[in-house]
Amino acid sequence: MTTTNRGRLLLKNSLIYVLLAIGSLVMLVPFFWMLSTSLKESYQVFTWPPKWIPDPIKWSNYKTAFTSLPFGQWFNNTIIITVLSIVGAVLSCVIVSYGFARFKARGRSFLFILTLATMMLPDTVTMIPKFYMFTKFGWINTFYPLIVPLFFGKAYFIFLLRQFFMSIPADLEEAAKIDGASTFGILWRVILPLTVPAIVTITIFQFNDSWKDFMQPILYLSKPELYTLTLGINFFKSQNNVQWNYLMAASMVTMLPSLLFYFIGQKYFVESITLTGMKG
Amino acid sequence: MESAATGREPIARKRRRLTKAERKEERTFYLLTGPWLLGLLIFFAIPMIASLWISLNQWDMLTPAKFVGLKNYNTAFNHDPLFWQSLKVTALYSVFSVPLGLVASLLLSLLLNQAVRGMRLFRTIFYLPAVVSGVSVMVLWMWIFNPQIGLLNTILGYFGIAGPGWIFDPKWALPSMVIMSLWSTVGGSVIIWLAGLKGIPPSLYEAAELDGAGGWQKFKNVTIPMLTPTIFFNLVMGIIGAMQTFGEAYVMTKGGPMNSTLFFNFYLFDHAFQNFRMGYASALAWVLFLLILALTAFVVKSSAAWVYYEGERN
Repeated sequence: MTTTNRGRLLLKNSLIYVLLAIGSLVMLVPFFWMLSTSLKESYQVFTWPPKWIPDPIKWSNYKTAFTSLPFGQWFNNTIIITVLSIVGAVLSCVIVSYGFARFKARGRSFLFILTLATMMLPDTVTMIPKFYMFTKFGWINTFYPLIVPLFFGKAYFIFLLRQFFMSIPADLEEAAKIDGASTFGILWRVILPLTVPAIVTITIFQFNDSWKDFMQPILYLSKPELYTLTLGINFFKSQNNVQWNYLMAASMVTMLPSLLFYFIGQKYFVESITLTGMKG
Repeated sequence: MESAATGREPIARKRRRLTKAERKEERTFYLLTGPWLLGLLIFFAIPMIASLWISLNQWDMLTPAKFVGLKNYNTAFNHDPLFWQSLKVTALYSVFSVPLGLVASLLLSLLLNQAVRGMRLFRTIFYLPAVVSGVSVMVLWMWIFNPQIGLLNTILGYFGIAGPGWIFDPKWALPSMVIMSLWSTVGGSVIIWLAGLKGIPPSLYEAAELDGAGGWQKFKNVTIPMLTPTIFFNLVMGIIGAMQTFGEAYVMTKGGPMNSTLFFNFYLFDHAFQNFRMGYASALAWVLFLLILALTAFVVKSSAAWVYYEGERN
């Protein structure tokens, strides 16, 4: 390798790092701004020019944010809804997509295409009839409208899991079948252990969908004690005298579980996207 | 994958009685997919038909509905300037945010695809906004857009530039939304681009190099054609997503100032749950649905001309 070549490589790498650093700054500075605001004294929030590092650092803002408004309660509500939604989505989608992947029946392709087609349907088309239906069920101001539908499955996850199941060779199941295992026995003991990455992925996706859901909570939860975090933050923001330091603290805490979930599942998650990626 | 039965297929196509084993398999299929088929009926099919019917009525959900035929659609197209305004806002937003997002995320993924140390960390950083997205990000950006002491105008101030009023200025409100959407969605698309880039066989680049292709030529003649399926996917998903923007308007601007961020779905929602004009809102929902269908169909149809699938060569 000649010196000019090495010089060019060095130059190229430096350029890459410079660009990466600028980009990272753009991505990270808003978060830093948020953190910084969340730790300021209320009177410091509006001082000009703004201080990047608050002095003093008021950690107690986080406590205030969570005690002055029922953020703790809203946190709990969101966790209940999210956990039950994940349970429902994983249970139903694993079973349904296993059916689509492994069992032949008349009408199967049609039903599968229909399933994919529902992904194109804007939520607003079914929103009003569903709202009316849940009203008739007496489900307004309960968590049911946010949870129960997931126990029936979700098109995107069914698609994802079906792709995944189809990449698993059928030999294992044949062997288990010869040993006399039932369909559910095979699914549970043979297939599921191989499907962990895909299940982690849909768990993360559903976590995100439920945790960040906004339109549905607006529709179905109007009592403050039933609010989810998104509603709570929006409520907090709509008050006349917005206290940005507390609001930023609350938003920060709302974001943390998403980050945590992402870091735990990162490996599986990227793997599954790559696998089911758009290979045409 | 599905060819286990190919051996007997030719006769089987004709209406033939299923064997016992096949009937059992079919029963198992319907047993397993049953919950979802029921869900399709309860949460999609019936509400869809109901919604279409409601769109032909005048209905406030409290008193009985009154059939009015196509009046709601007529009102929207001929007598409601805000309908057109909301379409315009949504279209403008989509036209800018989707292509800009595609280009920005593609360039970024080329950068993040380089083999240098610490790349994992950088990929994570760029993905962070996508991870946390939602109402908390919107609230954060309201604070960033604050004209007096927000982050953007503070930084512009360091350079002696007096920044605009962002979401409080009718001229800047929609561009502000585009900026925010770039920040928060680029990382998500990057993951998909990276998967696409990984799928390009190195042999293609080697062959191009042998032919004397430079960096730009390799990009133009190998990378881009091989990525067209990914472009296609990102484009379709981007359009469907952008057309349904809702939270930004609801949380940040309430459609203002001066209706400059009156997103279609927000306008629809307002009619349904503020004015209780369920018929009109349903008509709007169907207009949006048909628009999305038409656009997607257009992209799908045109894709034959510009999307290249590796498998098609054989």
